[in-house]
Amino acid sequence: MELNVVDLSRLQFAMTALYHFLFVPLTIGLSILLAVMETVYVMTGREIWKRMVKFWGTLFGINFVLGVATGLTMEFQFGMNWAYFSQYVGDVFGAPLAIEGLMAFFLEATFVGLFFFGWDKLSKRQHLAATWAVALGTNFSALWILIANGWMQHPVGAVFNPDTMRMEVTSFFDVLFNPVAQAKFVHTVSAGYVTAAMFVLGVSAWYMLQGRHLQIAKRSMAVAAAFGFASALSVVVLGDESGYEANLNQKMKLATIEAMWETEPAPAAFNLVAWPDMENRENLFAIEVPYVMGLIATRSLDTVIPGINELVDRSKDRIRQGAIAWDALQKIRANPAEASEDIRETFRQNAGSLGYGYLLLPYTDDPLTATMEQIDAAAWSTVPNVFPMFYAFRIMVACGFFFILLTAVFFYYSSTGKLDVLREKRRWILHITVWSIPLPWIACEMGWFVAEYGRQPWIIESMLPTSAGVSSLSVTEVLLTLAGFVILYSTLLVIEIALMIKYIKIGPEEHTPDKEAIPSAMSAGSAPRSIPVPAE
Amino acid sequence: MVLHELIDYSTLKMIWWLLLGVLLIGFAATDGFDMGVGTLLPFVADTDIERRVVINTIGPTWEGNQVWFILGGGAIFAAWPPLYAISFSGFYLAMFVVLAAMILRPVAFKYRSKRPDPAWRSAWDWALFTGSAVPALVFGVAVGNVLLGVPFKLDPDLRMTYEGSFFGLFSPFSLLCGLLSVAMLVAHGSVWLVMRASGEVAQRARRFGTIASGFGLVLFAAGGYLVASGYVEGFRITSDIDPNMQANPLAKQAVVEAGGWMRNYAAHPTLWAAPGLGFLGLAGTLVLLQTRLEKLIFAFSKMAVFGIIATVGVSMFPFILPSSVQPEASLTVWDASSTHRTLFNMLVATIIFLPIVLTYTAWVYRVLWGKVDEQTIERDNHTAY
Repeated sequence: MELNVVDLSRLQFAMTALYHFLFVPLTIGLSILLAVMETVYVMTGREIWKRMVKFWGTLFGINFVLGVATGLTMEFQFGMNWAYFSQYVGDVFGAPLAIEGLMAFFLEATFVGLFFFGWDKLSKRQHLAATWAVALGTNFSALWILIANGWMQHPVGAVFNPDTMRMEVTSFFDVLFNPVAQAKFVHTVSAGYVTAAMFVLGVSAWYMLQGRHLQIAKRSMAVAAAFGFASALSVVVLGDESGYEANLNQKMKLATIEAMWETEPAPAAFNLVAWPDMENRENLFAIEVPYVMGLIATRSLDTVIPGINELVDRSKDRIRQGAIAWDALQKIRANPAEASEDIRETFRQNAGSLGYGYLLLPYTDDPLTATMEQIDAAAWSTVPNVFPMFYAFRIMVACGFFFILLTAVFFYYSSTGKLDVLREKRRWILHITVWSIPLPWIACEMGWFVAEYGRQPWIIESMLPTSAGVSSLSVTEVLLTLAGFVILYSTLLVIEIALMIKYIKIGPEEHTPDKEAIPSAMSAGSAPRSIPVPAE
Repeated sequence: MVLHELIDYSTLKMIWWLLLGVLLIGFAATDGFDMGVGTLLPFVADTDIERRVVINTIGPTWEGNQVWFILGGGAIFAAWPPLYAISFSGFYLAMFVVLAAMILRPVAFKYRSKRPDPAWRSAWDWALFTGSAVPALVFGVAVGNVLLGVPFKLDPDLRMTYEGSFFGLFSPFSLLCGLLSVAMLVAHGSVWLVMRASGEVAQRARRFGTIASGFGLVLFAAGGYLVASGYVEGFRITSDIDPNMQANPLAKQAVVEAGGWMRNYAAHPTLWAAPGLGFLGLAGTLVLLQTRLEKLIFAFSKMAVFGIIATVGVSMFPFILPSSVQPEASLTVWDASSTHRTLFNMLVATIIFLPIVLTYTAWVYRVLWGKVDEQTIERDNHTAY
């Protein structure tokens, strides 16, 4: 395979984003869990909750810094590797990124220092406020970045201006309240909450199996189970909402997730398992569940979902229209001041398909005279590879349902006060929980893949192809930075995991006798209540 | 009546040029001393506990300071999209070097204290040094290249091609700017250490700060001479340019011209205040470092940062990114901004959030204020880095 700047830049973006997304979901979820635990501490005054906040806070910190470090790259990478994209959509896309900095990054980064260093310098309530500020900051950050990303999936509230050669905002309100962005935001932060809940459950389960730190493990489980169960339900519900939105706006993404080549009579069946064959454009076999797909994607019994073949046919018309728009645009750009009103009118009428015109550029220098074969090839380039889409989606969904099940089990045992039963009689559940720690990360990465790979070949859905958005760089330059990031990130990831394991093994700070004496002496009520568990 | 038309497009462009200055100065004045301190780390502190003193003077607050950098990126993207696109893809490998170095910083702060092993700690100390010194140098080199003009071209579709190379970035003048940037931030960081640390560390910082502000004065004067003498040429717009125009960097004419960066001073002599504050700030830092007036020295080193960065801005105005190979494609305040509507919306967001940010940042600094010394480190052994 010949290396080219577009593919390498895509690989680099995917790599840096996937690495970044290893740290982000845990930060989003754990920050909220810390704030919840500390709220319990402030309300009850029991020292054990403070120790929990400090222990999970240590792990949070080890993870948080890599989120910050890898996030730096994300803010600048659009300009570095996707210069034409940046110039083309900066008027719309830059604003959420800037507001993210103002509203979210400052909040989390300023208060995270107080979270770690402020224990002795702040009152209980002030410190709690700092912890909530960190949690709010990380969640606001997700909101703004998903508004930006949602706009790439469904570019509303903007129009292309041939005189400035870019897309310009017509309604900032539409960009903010983009339904795709809102669904994505709740889906993604819920996924972060599930990640943190599964992490806390897994680590606590390990302590239970070891018979260590039982008080902290059980309390952590109780918080994580309730939080995780609610979030796991929310992930699936909002995932379903995303599917519905995808049917409205990104039909090709939906069709490839489903490996649905032909349009079926409504309501369409859901392919549980299939072997998509990209070459011959068919599934070698498929196990179908009738009606389910139609119900999920259209919420009706009679709306037809178009298959891949039909969508490719539809895009041929838009490519022809796009070629006319492209040609008119060239004439306008050659001399903007003197372009005739006729040409501008031709452009205006076809401007909606300009992006499809760009799809011909890899095949011909003059889209207007493209042959049938070239149009056919360009039309088929709108189909992402079906096989990885199909399975990435199914792995994610399977994980999602498993999380509901597992968090429900813990929710049951913790709300009935029977967590000790797990340790005494159902140790296999604890073992499964420990081994499930990596699953939320797998699900999150798969989700990112489905959303972003599924948008291909578009960098902005139907507006600008990814190949047109790239910077004018050499293969060597991109290779150098790609290798640099891979080496740097991988090294840091290995160190991060080693430190995580080390600090999990050390575990929460134990009550030393003199420390124990202080709270029981000062608040007579709290000591007896923490005694009744005989095992510790 | 549409809301954004409350303020003229040209006025908004001007406001955003000033805000860009505020961001850069905010970054250099806050994260700048973190970088200075990181650069000084191996030189002002020998033992582990001394190094912990140095690190903990900035440990709890450096992260918020770094947001100025990230916000700078985001704000340039939102307000000046072509500047964001052309500068970061043009300076591609230099930008990678900066990012790689800066990625090491958060990790070094956090991970250094996680193991007592001296080799481990020493490695993270060098990571902190690299993460501080390299960006300080490269930012200065980048500014030098902007003053010289950047070799980029724009085609009619505004697709940029860059004709320079990584090593081409390092000319005598740009290296001078890089060293000035390092000197300025090291001086600033020294003053921070004088103010926040104590004992031997503060004493050494005083010496390094004196040297750095002295070098800074010489380099700033030398840079000024090279520009004034015409060795470094400037740029000039030769056609009419309408400040209210739609963004299109290709709609004007411009030339390279010796003395181009001095024209604004001739037209508006009050602008001499900018380099004046730069000199005054550095000289004041140099002199006052010999005294105990710690907060006053800090005011002067901030003044130096302000004056030096403002000098670059007012010398180039209205240019923000001149092209050395196609001067008419240079980006200026008037023809490279976002739309009227976006500039207005972003201004509203800034007016709402920036005062909030400044308020809580000031509060956090107040909470964490106080001298850091070996006793405080030992007392807070668990929470300190």
